[in-house]
Amino acid sequence: MKQYVIIGNGVAAAGCIEGIRNVDKSSTIIVISEEKYPVYCRPLISYYLEKKTELNRMNYRSEDFYDKMNCEVIYGRKAKHIDSSSQKVILDDRTEIPYDSVCIATGSSPFVPPFEGLETVKNKFSFLTLDDSLALEAAVTKESRVLIVGAGLIGLKCAEGLRDRVASITVCDLSDHILSSILETDCAAIIQERLESNGIRFMLGDTVTRFENNVAIMKSGSSVDFDVLVLAVGVRANTELVKEQNGEVNRGILINDRMETSLSDIYAAGDCTEGNDISIGTKRVLALLPNAYMQGHAAGVNMAGGNEVFDNAIPMNSIGFFGLHAMTAGSYNGEVFEEKEENRLKRFFIRDGYLVGFILIGDTERAGIYTSLIREKIPLDTINFELLKKVATSAAFSPETRRKKFGGVV
Amino acid sequence: MKRIYVNEDWCLGCHLCEYNCAFANSGMADMATALKDKPIYPRIHIEGNERISYAVSCRHCADPICIKSCIAGAISKADGVVRINNEKCVGCLTCVLVCPYGALTPSKSGIMQKCELCLQNSCGEPACVKGCPNRAIVYEERGEV
Repeated sequence: MKQYVIIGNGVAAAGCIEGIRNVDKSSTIIVISEEKYPVYCRPLISYYLEKKTELNRMNYRSEDFYDKMNCEVIYGRKAKHIDSSSQKVILDDRTEIPYDSVCIATGSSPFVPPFEGLETVKNKFSFLTLDDSLALEAAVTKESRVLIVGAGLIGLKCAEGLRDRVASITVCDLSDHILSSILETDCAAIIQERLESNGIRFMLGDTVTRFENNVAIMKSGSSVDFDVLVLAVGVRANTELVKEQNGEVNRGILINDRMETSLSDIYAAGDCTEGNDISIGTKRVLALLPNAYMQGHAAGVNMAGGNEVFDNAIPMNSIGFFGLHAMTAGSYNGEVFEEKEENRLKRFFIRDGYLVGFILIGDTERAGIYTSLIREKIPLDTINFELLKKVATSAAFSPETRRKKFGGVV
Repeated sequence: MKRIYVNEDWCLGCHLCEYNCAFANSGMADMATALKDKPIYPRIHIEGNERISYAVSCRHCADPICIKSCIAGAISKADGVVRINNEKCVGCLTCVLVCPYGALTPSKSGIMQKCELCLQNSCGEPACVKGCPNRAIVYEERGEV
């Protein structure tokens, strides 16, 4: 019998539990959950505000998940330290939990820049957890004027979620275009137009220099009156547990394709990590739910003595605002090919004969065929890419490949 | 597990499978009421080019990437069948972004749908297979994909 400890109780932790149980049905699993909830779907917190889901539908796994998986969950406690020499996790109430192997799935925390006068703002929120969403819900009324600092995925999903609950929403960002981490300027403009036509106001290339109670004084000299402030500037990976043990940490905890950190018997998965991005060939933080699950699963299998690699991670996002969907994947460093119509755009990035990235807006049908070209590194000269640029279809593959894919008669 | 397979040499590209699928999943008793003069939302679709055609539906993969990627925990697999929980899906399309077959599509309401082998609808067996005039679509055991 071994004892596995998982620090964190998000999607990476759920993947880790399922990974462990694939290999080891009986050893002890202890999950340390800082939040007081069973694993839930973090990306749904904006859908909750939008009333597209409800609390009882936001659970990531069934109610009996931990029982079925034979796990003990310690709620409301935080892991303060890992002692890698004596193989113990030390909690904030000084409880010591010994481990044979441990998975760090601590996620990330909001990054709040040191704005002058921020302490004078009464109603200020981050937007990362269910509690953030519930607190924001309780704070807004139909009369609220909301200022969101940060036009990234988190800030804009928050804006969409709040739109029908408040009087006005202003989003500011230092960048000259929205979603700057995943979209190029002209693509961002298409999405921005959709958001603006739904009442969201933008102040781009501008940022807050200081707050005076309920007024934000902007760099441009203008000012914004608000009732509720949402800070969505960015997030930082929670890496402290590894850093203080002198494990290798960059922006995230460095992991290999087996999710091993530089410290023995210590694995890491999810938003707190920095793993290989095969679309650029180097490590980076890929804070995405699918990657969190797959990293967690691989970590779990390996912790339990199995052998699983997760070696084809790429950045990929599917995001929609007010009915307009965008999908992005991979790297934008390559030769560009595109098909463009009003409110529809397909842009492909090709390097050395391979698809390395894409941006799709509006027309996202069967986009997974494109994603698979990147992740499986399929040479474009073996398929009909001219056809694929226009429409995502497996008709672009050779009959042999297609028959193999669909299990037909060869 | 039995799965739906298509023999592209036999597929005529008649799209009848799409209609049979949409009807089987409509919850209605009469095909004309269910489909006539309405946009249809089938869970199988015909693809192809000028030379060949074939029907695409969910492969019920051994290791389904849609399940791992679903941000709502809405997709699961039991008894070999990959299913979507309509109550949980929010229509974010992440499954579309990852499915290498292009087997998931939005339903009329925007919630995602895919082939669930007609095991829980009025047909009780795959309607596309039952209605394929050239027997190009079959339901049989061939091992896991």
